[in-house]
Amino acid sequence: MNIHEYQAKELFAKFDIPTPKGKVAESAAEAHAIADEIGGQVVIKAQVHAGGRGKGTFKNGFQGGVHLSGNADEIAEIADKMIGQTLVTHQTGESGKVVNKVMVAEAVDIEKEYYLAILMDREGRCPVIVASKEGGVNIEEVAEKTPEKILRVPIHPLSGLGDNQIREVSEGLGFQDDIAGQFAALLDSLHALFIACDCSMVEINPLVTTPGGQLLALDAKFGFDDNALYRQPEIAAMRDTSEEDPREVAASEYNLNYIGLDGNIACLVNGAGLAMATMDIIKYYGGEPANFLDVGGGASEEQVTNAFKIILGDTNVKGILVNIFGGIMDCDVIAHGIVAACKQVDLGIPLVVRLEGNNVEAGKETLSKSGVNLIAADDLADAAQKAVRAIAA
Amino acid sequence: MSILVQPDTKVLIQGITGGFGGQHTKLSLEYGTQVVAGVTPGKGGQVFADRVPVFNAVKDAVEETGATVSAVFVPPPFAGEAILEAVDAGIELVVAITEGIPVTDMMRVAATMEGSSTRLIGPNCPGIVTPGEGPQSSGGCRIGIAPGYIHKKGSVGVVSRSGTLTYEAVWQTTQLGLGQSTCIGIGGDPINGTSHLDILKLFNEDPETESIIMIGEIGGAAEEEAAAWAKDNCSKPIAAFIAGTTAPAGRRMGHAGAIISGGKGTASAKKEALADAGIAIAQTPAEMGATLAKLL
Repeated sequence: MNIHEYQAKELFAKFDIPTPKGKVAESAAEAHAIADEIGGQVVIKAQVHAGGRGKGTFKNGFQGGVHLSGNADEIAEIADKMIGQTLVTHQTGESGKVVNKVMVAEAVDIEKEYYLAILMDREGRCPVIVASKEGGVNIEEVAEKTPEKILRVPIHPLSGLGDNQIREVSEGLGFQDDIAGQFAALLDSLHALFIACDCSMVEINPLVTTPGGQLLALDAKFGFDDNALYRQPEIAAMRDTSEEDPREVAASEYNLNYIGLDGNIACLVNGAGLAMATMDIIKYYGGEPANFLDVGGGASEEQVTNAFKIILGDTNVKGILVNIFGGIMDCDVIAHGIVAACKQVDLGIPLVVRLEGNNVEAGKETLSKSGVNLIAADDLADAAQKAVRAIAA
Repeated sequence: MSILVQPDTKVLIQGITGGFGGQHTKLSLEYGTQVVAGVTPGKGGQVFADRVPVFNAVKDAVEETGATVSAVFVPPPFAGEAILEAVDAGIELVVAITEGIPVTDMMRVAATMEGSSTRLIGPNCPGIVTPGEGPQSSGGCRIGIAPGYIHKKGSVGVVSRSGTLTYEAVWQTTQLGLGQSTCIGIGGDPINGTSHLDILKLFNEDPETESIIMIGEIGGAAEEEAAAWAKDNCSKPIAAFIAGTTAPAGRRMGHAGAIISGGKGTASAKKEALADAGIAIAQTPAEMGATLAKLL
């Protein structure tokens, strides 16, 4: 799950992590008021879940999702050109993202930019601090070309962040005196936030020092552990579904795991590993998968029906491959779901079904008795080849 | 032999009174597995399916029944604690089926288990099956949620992160007549108890296992680590499949394990590392059994 920059700022404020003064606005008038309140140079930033905002273009022709100005009237004008408009950046795809909010914040003089993150390290089985003196937009290049400039310090899973680890990172970043003190407090808070909010990643880039001797988190990105959202109601409430693929939002309402892709053969599979492997075998036989869709372990007839509706909502889809190996799942439940979906939705495209596993005979019988027009497959290879052939016909 | 569990292994089920745990306990009993106890706090004294006594605590169940293996079907918020309860009770092998345990919970479980003699498999895994000699492999030890009848007692060791891909490999080797010694789903979560490498070592030492199918997926470095060891140390032929060749970078596909970023843990990088170790790569998931058979 992603959150907006202004929400990240609110979380930081809650954990006493210093950020530049600023607030979120939903109208030009609000933006004007915030700019007045802060005074001086302010930066206005479009709030979307995508990088590359500064170099992006709005569909109304307005250039850039990030602007600087010392004039509150001008900030209001810019806000007017951003709010309600669609911003296209290299990360949004051609369709872009609608900007519903803008953030207006104090423009900070920067002395030096650093990089600081805490993320869950699966190999180390603990959180790890990642830091660099070379912060800013080119951090990925730094990591690739000069990995020795990236500091990695593991945090103990039970005893947590120790003073020695804080010192190691602080010295590695070259902080001294008062800044070192500010950094110790900041890193301690960041770790507290990471644990308290079940983050999978929290990244400050850049972390900056100002000529006035202040340490500030200028921008932040969060990742959260989806498994822990049940105990993080505040974080879960920050979800902005307007930022997500509507098909993925619809799928999540039915506890389906769906990811839209660019191909034309839709798949409906049980199990994430098998769903990925089904995409792979479609590609292997010359087709292009339209989606990843895992109906999970305990899919109901209703879930399967809805899975079909979501698949058919993608106009690129020219054929469907259902691949079920029922361990937990009863193949007959899937069969009833397919039949029910075909009765509700006008299919109009080839449907290849491969069923195996629990109660498979009943499932096959349900399908053949239903009168639904489908292509039965014996195994996975047969199913993939039949699907590729069916859409070529 | 086989690895980790045998037909006479005494198994207890944590979360036996839940719908999911109960359903699969019945299937295991039908398969012939020695399910000797269930544990659900507050429900001690009940009897499950007219034959399995339910206890309030794992410790009590172990003392009364001599169970050495536990299967955890406890819901995610309580699953971490349930695993540690089994560890404290001296259970030899804990198989955590539960899907959706928060990563920080598993981080603490893994750290707490350091140095303990208990082995953990999972979480978020289909479990473990050692097929039996009866019809449709019944009479074996089935712990978890795999369909029993697809197995056949035989010589192939199967290890996989994914449940349904494990079933594919099992089904293919059954149809080829090879059968399986033991099949293990190690789970798709980022922090799990037992790795591909741990299982390869066990298969390598097991006289009944003559060949191995290893199934991996994009993300992490577990498959590469296993391959590096196998290159110099494994005396048995291995076939492998890596899922996720077509997965777009940076997207999470169901398993937390299946995240790729920046070229690390991609399908092609993994296949290269495996091939370098002399492991035969199945090009599609439909060819796992056939790829292994060619090596024999």
